[in-house]
Parts: sequence; structure tokens; C-alpha cells
Amino acid sequence: MLLNTVVPSPAPMHIPDGFLSLGVSLVCWTLAVAGVGVALWRSREALGERQVPLMGVLAAFIFAAQMLNFTVAGGTSGHLIGGALAAILLGPWAGILTMTTVVAIQALLFQDGGLLVMGANILNMGIISTVVGYGVYRGATALARGQRWGLLVGGCAAAWASVVIAAVATAVQLAFSGTSPLGVALPAMAGVHVLIGVGEGLITAGALAFVAAVRRDLLEPAGAATGGLRWAAAGLALALAVTLLAPLASPHPDGLERVAEDQGFGETAQDAPYEIIPDYVLPGVPDERLATIAAGLVGTLVVAGVAFAVARLRRQSAS
Amino acid sequence: MHIHALDAYRHRASLVHDLDGRVKLALAVLFIVSTALTPDGAWLAYALLTALVLGVIVASRLGVGFVQRRAAVALPFALAAVTVVFSVPGRPLLAARILGRQLALTDAGLIRFVSILLKSWLSVQVAVVLTASTPFPALLQAMRSLRVPRVLVTIAGFTYRYLFVIGDEALRLMRARAARSSVLSPSKGGVLRLPKGGALSSSKGGANVFWRARVTGGMVGSLFLRSLERSERIYDAMLARGYDGEVRSLRPPLLRARDVVVALPIILALAAIQILARLSR
Repeated sequence: MLLNTVVPSPAPMHIPDGFLSLGVSLVCWTLAVAGVGVALWRSREALGERQVPLMGVLAAFIFAAQMLNFTVAGGTSGHLIGGALAAILLGPWAGILTMTTVVAIQALLFQDGGLLVMGANILNMGIISTVVGYGVYRGATALARGQRWGLLVGGCAAAWASVVIAAVATAVQLAFSGTSPLGVALPAMAGVHVLIGVGEGLITAGALAFVAAVRRDLLEPAGAATGGLRWAAAGLALALAVTLLAPLASPHPDGLERVAEDQGFGETAQDAPYEIIPDYVLPGVPDERLATIAAGLVGTLVVAGVAFAVARLRRQSAS
Repeated sequence: MHIHALDAYRHRASLVHDLDGRVKLALAVLFIVSTALTPDGAWLAYALLTALVLGVIVASRLGVGFVQRRAAVALPFALAAVTVVFSVPGRPLLAARILGRQLALTDAGLIRFVSILLKSWLSVQVAVVLTASTPFPALLQAMRSLRVPRVLVTIAGFTYRYLFVIGDEALRLMRARAARSSVLSPSKGGVLRLPKGGALSSSKGGANVFWRARVTGGMVGSLFLRSLERSERIYDAMLARGYDGEVRSLRPPLLRARDVVVALPIILALAAIQILARLSR
């Protein structure tokens, strides 16, 4: 029994070699190297010479923590990937470093993830999941203004978001490589990880509750960046960047439209009384794909703006 | 119970084990890149690459079965590529109506799918041979020579060093959980029994999934605190032994003639296979 738990593969997110095209692999490597480089620099500033032993041992912790599981239902078990937890407990830069080390060792020792595509795996599980998780956590704790529920709910949501967005990134990379069409890869990866993310969220919340009870001081980690709202914005921006890349990878209409076309009820839909951004295509931008992305950006900025306005109003009414 | 199983290295007296780690890493990466560049459907090229891999496996004395068992880890991901048989446009071979959609299995799609599988299978075999024939410290040295920053390599070295220690702690946590939980078995007249693996390994044990997740979360939190305190002790011990933040390493030995003699033909063979793949189209 114990030997089976020794080689963990918590989620189907480690891409093996052969599944990404060379171009996509190289782009991901470039992004990963840049991200890890910044993390190295910033964590050395924060930790100094403690960096090496601290990061090394904590990467081993993440690795071992991925072995701890619990039964969800029947034969399935929930595991931890750890991106959000690493960011929350260690700070974003150290979180990126530890997760990168874990991904690299999994690929090198267990062939869990390829060598050429390691850049993509580091980007997804080491950088995207960590930054998005940290951003959601800081946003949630800022909203909760120090109350305890902010820690647990924020941690749970951060972990869930980190897993889902990393899965979306994986699907986008597969689609760009021509390995799996986006219409299949995205729902499959996102769907599976929406469920896996729940397990991740629960374990993360449990771990944070434990640490908060025993060593509350550790929840202001040494490497933490200041400016919670800036991190929330960064996490949001990264999540957006990943999801907005999706239209570039697929020419197909979305699921509901497709079903409507197939079943023939597309005509019964009524036109909206006003059209600001018709069909998610921003008018005035010539290239249709760029227009889709621009429309997504505008929409998200509007939503984010409303959210910030609400947060400001609440703060004003409280003080 | 210890986690020696985590060490991927298998010692053999073989030519491949004797090669310099830097040469092996560079050749492995070159092979994987070369496989990625091989066009879909270049069957002769894939056959030659397979022959090359098999030759390397035989030369390493690791055993074809051993390598294939380890290589099987990449197999489940093949499911992710299955749908490509339907989505690549080409001559339809088989039409089917699945979930209300008309799907056609095309020849181009099938060729692409098989090519992806071959690339993946070949690459993972090479990676298995690399890690099974090269001790991890030598692998880290090899990465240094590929210009990976020294700090990262040292962190990876520390991670490897403490993987087994902290992994053992995690196993002890799981054993303790199993020992402290049992299940009331209704079918055996309410007799208290310990299912194999402990109560939290079955859904009958431990109230509900949220409780089980919270317990597991507590284990993770506890492991984190132990690891953190251990890292602080390690850092203090390093300071006491003169650590000043500067990581130094011995200069790696020079390449030997043997390494060059083995590497050159392989590089030439890979180049030749690539040229052949493009010519034979």
C-alpha cells in the first residue's frame, strides 16, 4: 500500500514529451526562464543566504505533501499539487522556486513530465498556478479585512483557481500544438480540474487552519510582497491572459452556439435591444481574433472596475 | 518503511553508465528535440529512432522490460491526444455518430495520433535510460554545465537530499493516521475493525469527506511546520560549519575520449535520420 503512494501523480497535468510542438515548447521555456529568473532575484533579496537551504527543504516538503491523500469517494482520492499553498505559506517568489524545483525533479527522476516540455510544465504548475493562487488569496484576504474566514475561504478559492487556470493553460498549449483541439482539450482539462481543484481547496484550507492555530506568525511570510491589491490584480491579469489566449487556438464557435447550429434553434434567439460589443467582437478592430481578445479585455476591465468600486465604497462606509 | 524506491538510479556495469553525465544529458535532449522535429508519418525515421533507442537500452544493460515499465507513466496522457484523429481534416476512414455529433476518423488524423504516440514513447524511454544510468548528483552537475543557474541546481540538490527524510515523515504521518482510525463495521455486528490502509482510505471511515480533507490538511500543515523548523536547524548547522552564502563546487572532470567517441556517431545518426525523414516524403 505504502509503495503505491510513493510515486505521486496528483493530477493529469504533467505534459510528456511529444505532445507539444517545438515552437510552443520554446515559447513556454522562454516564459518559464523569465519567471524563474525574477523569482530567484526577488527571493534572494528577501531571504539572503537562507535561500538555498530553506527553498531546498521546503521543495522537499511540497513533494512529500503531494503524497498525502484522502478518499473522496469510492476509489478516487484527493491530492495536493501545492501551488497556492506554497505561495501563501512561503510568499510568491519562494513559492515559484519551490514549485519549479518540484516539477523539475518529478520530470528528471520519475519522467512525470517530459524534458523538452519542462518549460511548459514549469510555466503551468510553477508559475501560473502560484501567481494566480497568490493573487486570489491576497484579493480575498483584502476583501475580508483580516477576519478569519478570509484566510480559509481565500485559501480554498486560491487553491481551486490555481489548479483550474493551470489546467486551462495546459489545454491552450495542447491546442496551439495541434495535439488536441481546444473544443475537447479545454472542457476536458477544465472539467476534470474543477473537481480536482475542490480537493486541493479543502486540503489547502485545512493546512492553513492548522498553521493559523499553531504558528499564526508564519502567515506573514518573509518573502511576501507588499501591496495586496496589486497582487490580486496580477493574479487576475495572468488568469485573464491564459483564458484570452484560447480564442487564438480555436476557430470553433462556443459550445452553446454549436449545439444551437446543430439542433437548428439558432434562429429563435432574439437580437439584444442594444449592441455595444456585438458577438464578443470589438467594433473597429480589423482582425477578428484580436477583436475578440480586445472585447474580452474591455469586458473584464469593466467587471474589475465595478469590483474595485464596490470595494472602495465598502471601505469608505466602514471607516 | 523507507522511500529508497524514490531513487531512480540503477547501477550496472555498462557503457552507458560510464559515460559522462553532461554528454548523456546533452544527447538525451538532442534526441528528444530531434524526435519532436520528425514529421508526422515519417515511418522509416521513427523505425530508425526506435532502433537507436533499443540499442542504447541494450548497451545500458537496464533491461527492455524495466525501461518499458518506467516508460508507461507517460501512457495515460495519450488519451489527451485521441481526439486528434477526428479533428485533423483529411480522407475519412470511419464515420461515427458519437454523442449526437457526426465525427469522421480521418487518415491524416490517425497518422498524427500515431506519430504523437511514437514521439512520446521514444522520448520517455530516453529519459528513463538517462535517469537510471546517471546518479542524481551527476545529473545536477550536467545541468550546471548546461548553464542552469548554480542556485537552482543547489536547491534541487538540497531537495533531493531531504526528499527521503521528509518523505519518510509523510509516510509516518499516514501510518499514524491509519493507526488512529478504525471503522464500525455494520455487517460484522458492529465489530470495530481496521480496514487495510486505515479508515481514511475508505469512504466509510471518518464521518464525511470534509472531515477527511481537514484531517489531511492538518497533516500537510504539520509536515510544513516540521519541514520549516528542520530547514532552520539545517541552516544553523551550515552556519556553524562556515557557510557564508556562497555555493562552491568542484570543477567537473574533463571529457574523455570515450565520451566523444560515443557521442559523435549518435549526433550524426540523429542528423541523418532527420534528413532522411524529409527526403522520403
